Amino acid sequence: MKNSKSLHSRIAPHVHDIPGSGIREFFDIVNEMSDAISLGVGEPGCQTPWHIRDAAIYALERGATGYTSNSGLLSLREAISKYAKKFFSTSYSPEDEILVTTGLSEAYDLVIRALVEPGDEVIYHQPSYVSYGPVVQMAHGIPVVLETSAGDDFHLDLDKLESLISDKTKLLVLNFPNNPTGAILDSSQVRAIADMTARHDLLVLTDEIYGELTYDTEHCSILSVPEMRERTILLHGMSKAWAMTGFRIGYACGPGEIIGAMNKLHQYTMLCAPTLSQVASVEAFKGAGKDIPHMRDIFRRNRNFMLARLNDAGLPCAPLHGAFYAFPSVSELGLTSAEFALRLLDEEKVAVVPGTAFGQCGEGYVRCSYATGLDEIKIAMDRIEKFVNRVRGAGA
Amino acid sequence: MNEILKILRINARESSSDIAKMLNRSQEDVENEIGQLEKLGIIKGYQAIVDEDTLDNNQVTALIEVDVSPRREDGFDHVARRIAAFPEVKSMYLMSGNYDLLLFIVGNTLREVASFVSAKLAPMEGVNSTTSHFMLKTYKNNGVLMETREEYEKLKVTP
Repeated sequence: MKNSKSLHSRIAPHVHDIPGSGIREFFDIVNEMSDAISLGVGEPGCQTPWHIRDAAIYALERGATGYTSNSGLLSLREAISKYAKKFFSTSYSPEDEILVTTGLSEAYDLVIRALVEPGDEVIYHQPSYVSYGPVVQMAHGIPVVLETSAGDDFHLDLDKLESLISDKTKLLVLNFPNNPTGAILDSSQVRAIADMTARHDLLVLTDEIYGELTYDTEHCSILSVPEMRERTILLHGMSKAWAMTGFRIGYACGPGEIIGAMNKLHQYTMLCAPTLSQVASVEAFKGAGKDIPHMRDIFRRNRNFMLARLNDAGLPCAPLHGAFYAFPSVSELGLTSAEFALRLLDEEKVAVVPGTAFGQCGEGYVRCSYATGLDEIKIAMDRIEKFVNRVRGAGA
Repeated sequence: MNEILKILRINARESSSDIAKMLNRSQEDVENEIGQLEKLGIIKGYQAIVDEDTLDNNQVTALIEVDVSPRREDGFDHVARRIAAFPEVKSMYLMSGNYDLLLFIVGNTLREVASFVSAKLAPMEGVNSTTSHFMLKTYKNNGVLMETREEYEKLKVTP
């Protein structure tokens, strides 16, 4: 083949332009280091509760190996509907207002593709989970970042938010309890956000995957304002509170028109979420009342422990009310997030995630998960303290 | 349940300073409460959970169902207390169902357990009959699996 175009030039420009995750390399180093203690994982360290795994084994034995309807098993949508009524005090019809997806990530992609036209703007806050911006770009939309800071306990600055709203703004993305900062919303903030979105007639996409994991107060969803139901798409899933990340089950609840549009994309791309995992999720809802309080109890103690140890090490940390991450500042040590993470890994064999993985404003922070075992957290915190003292000693 | 008890039930060797950190309380406060729990007899003691099957001893554990005639004045307590006092009896419960008392007996040999049952337990006044079962293998003890299977390793770092 002569004069053929390079493969590189054939990649669609809007995909090519999506910045690759700068810390992919760091992730690769860590994942190959078998003896490292990890506080770097975005999932519970414990296994999926046994009754759920047992139900999955039984379902496999009975041959739950075919497709389900595009929307997902009706029994699962009914369980979701019942759960949403109880946990979010919001009613969704299992028939046409709930869609079961392959993880929450798929649901997010579907919402964006269903709603965003080229040039539409989507506002989301950072530091945040990694896919909010790139998925918008994949849909030819424009991600607009609202930065949050430790000074505000990583809450949304509403004036700043309002200043970002333009006539092209289609959607506001919320994620509370937040990965990676551990921040949550309270009822007055929810009220203010609700008023603002109503004033500007915006749709809201709320990722509440950590909703069950709040430690000091009940979860406060944007859906606690009843009028928000008609302009909100709720994304949730089984991954965090049920420790079912590998099952890949998420779901979207919202007005039928939007869920219907999402289902159209879903039926041509994913067809349906994994059947076995859907059956396991039905079982998961049955045990939710017992499994989740148990896990929350453990995480609460781990959080308190980690905060106390970070405090001993002199690493300041904004209040942590939800999810299972601490997001301490390391900037005072004179290291960037990436330098801190790389050196900590190299010198003490402890893995944390540089804050920059979650956006530029994550510079100066690292994310430490406290969803891992207490024994590991203890060793990791001993090593972090040792490392921090050494860095301080060298700098003095 | 008491928060300190929850933690000690998972790991009785947890230090009071770590418990204090987990509960956001002072170490002194935690130590006082543990002392109080011990004084009130709520915490009776602290023991290791041992996988007996890995030890090179020939110890025998038997589970014995005992049918007892209760007395008018104090029900099962009188005979139960007498049985429980034997050091061979490691655990003992009053049960609903086909028999009354369930005993866990540990002996160094089969003969030792057999002689305890025939010489001490069966002839006791109030004991009508006994049924012995010998334990073959321990899969789980006190919530702890004795056999650890290699688990799939999760990734070390994910967003």
